[in-house]
Amino acid sequence: MKITEKLALDAFKNDKETHILLDQNICHTCKERFCIYACPANLYSLNEKGEMIVEFAGCLECGTCMIACIYGSVKWRYPRSEYGVQYRFG
Amino acid sequence: MEKVDVIIVGGGLAGLSCAYELADSGMTVLVLERGDFSGSKNVTGGRLYLRPILPYLPDIWKEAPFERHVVKEIFTAMGKHNSTTFEFYSDRFKEEPYPSYTILRAKFDRWFAELVSEKGSFVIPQKTVDDLIKENGKVIGVKSGDEEIGADCVVAADGILSFLSEKAGLRKPFQPKHFALGFKEVIQLDPKTIEDRFRVAEGEGAAQLFFGALTQGMMGGGFLYTNKDSLSLGLVIGLHALNSKATREEVYKLLDRFKERPEIKNIIRGGETVEYSAHLITEGGIYNMPKLYTDGMLMVGDAAGLGLNMLFTVRGMEYAIVSGVLAARTIKEAKAKNDFSASSLAKYEKLLNESFILKEMHTFKNTLAVLENERLFTKYPQVISDLFEKVMWVDENPKEEIYKTKIAELKKQFFNLETLKDWWQFRKI
Repeated sequence: MKITEKLALDAFKNDKETHILLDQNICHTCKERFCIYACPANLYSLNEKGEMIVEFAGCLECGTCMIACIYGSVKWRYPRSEYGVQYRFG
Repeated sequence: MEKVDVIIVGGGLAGLSCAYELADSGMTVLVLERGDFSGSKNVTGGRLYLRPILPYLPDIWKEAPFERHVVKEIFTAMGKHNSTTFEFYSDRFKEEPYPSYTILRAKFDRWFAELVSEKGSFVIPQKTVDDLIKENGKVIGVKSGDEEIGADCVVAADGILSFLSEKAGLRKPFQPKHFALGFKEVIQLDPKTIEDRFRVAEGEGAAQLFFGALTQGMMGGGFLYTNKDSLSLGLVIGLHALNSKATREEVYKLLDRFKERPEIKNIIRGGETVEYSAHLITEGGIYNMPKLYTDGMLMVGDAAGLGLNMLFTVRGMEYAIVSGVLAARTIKEAKAKNDFSASSLAKYEKLLNESFILKEMHTFKNTLAVLENERLFTKYPQVISDLFEKVMWVDENPKEEIYKTKIAELKKQFFNLETLKDWWQFRKI
C-alpha cells in the first residue's frame, strides 16, 4: 500500500494557506534532509530546482519535522480552526 | 473582553478530566478544542490503564467506549529473519475492574467530552488557540483568531507540542532525543477473527510489543493492540535515532516492511486499513519536564511532559487524566482564596509530587539513558532468536549437544564486559 493511498483513507479539511513554512536559506545549506526521512506522511521532497518543498495538505499534525529539523528551518503551527486532519479512529 | 473563570486549552484526556472535575464547582469552564470534536486530533497506540485513575475519577467509566480489556501481554524479540515471542497471561487480568483497556481516541475522547458537557462545562470545538493574553507577566486569557477571552486561570492541555507553554516561557527548547514518533494503521477485522488469532475469549484483547530488527537498530519498537473490530498496528521510533541513522530511509517505509513480516502478515490477513495516523510521544522523562505553573496558568498531560517509557509498558493517558483532576483541585482551592498567582497554583506541583505520577517518573528517570543503548535493538533480540533457531534446527548433520554448544554461545554473547556494562545500567530501572 502506497503512502499516498494511506493518506487518502484519512479525513482532511484543507486550508488554502499552509501551516508549515520553510526557510530556504537554511534548507539550502542542509545536507542531512532530516525532514524527508522523518515525516511519516512523506510530505517533504526536493523540487526540480533543488529546493525543499512540503505538501501541507496531507499533514498528520504530529510536529515531527519541526523537531527533527535541528537547524530550525521548519516553522510549524497548528492549522487554523476547522482545518487539518480529522481522525475517525485515532 | 468576555471573561470566564477557567479556560482549558485542549479537549483531550487531560483537559476533559480537568473540566469534568470543575464542572460542578459553580465556576464557568470553557474547553477550547481545535478539532471538529474531542479526539479528532488525538492518537494513541494504545491502551489505558484503569486502576491508577480510579481513586481520582471513580464513577464514570462504566459507560466508557472501551475497545477490549487486555488479558494477554505478548513480547516479541525480532531478529532479521526470525523472532522469539514471550506470552504472558494471568487470571488477574480477568478480574474487575479490568487493569487495562485498548481504546481509540476519536471515540473515547468524544464520549468523554459529551459527559463533561452534560455535567456543565462547555466544550467548544473548532477553536484553535493562537496565543496567550498577558498583563504584567500574568496570564489573563487566550486569543483564538480575532477573538479574545479572559479567564482567572488558563489550563494548558494543548498536547505534546504545547505552544502555550512556549508562549508562557515555561517550555524547554525541543530536542530530538526527548521525543519519539509513533505512527500506526487501524486495520479493520471482524471481532471473531481477532479473538481466534489472539486466542482470547469474546470481548477480551491482547497487547503485543515488538523490538529488534524491525527498527533497524533505532531506539523504538512496534506495537499491536486489539480493538473491538480492528487492530492498531504501528511503530515508535526515537527522533534522535532517526536523525542519526547512517543509512537514510524514509521512516514510513518501516511500517510497510513490518507488515510484510510473516509474524504480522498472518495476524492482519484479510484486514482492511481504514486510517493512518501519527503522533509524538515524550521520551524526556522527568529531566525534560517544564515548569508546571505560572501566574494564571497551569499545565497538564502531555503539555506538562507527563509521559513515561517503562520499556514494557508505556504510560501517558493515565497521567493526563490524573494531572487534569489535580489541576482542577488546585483551581478550586485557588478560587476559594481568589488567588491564581503562581504561589497559589504551586499546590498543583505538590499534589503531582504526592501522586503516583511523579513517583513513577522519579523511579524510571534512567530509562532514557538505557534506551539510548543500540544493542537493545540490535544485538540482544538477534542473539535470542538465533539461539532458539540453533536449538530448533534439524538437518542432515547430527545435532550437537545442547549444553556445550548453546551455552558456550550464550556465554560468548553475554559474558563479556559490554554486556556486563549493559546489565549494570539496566539495573537502574
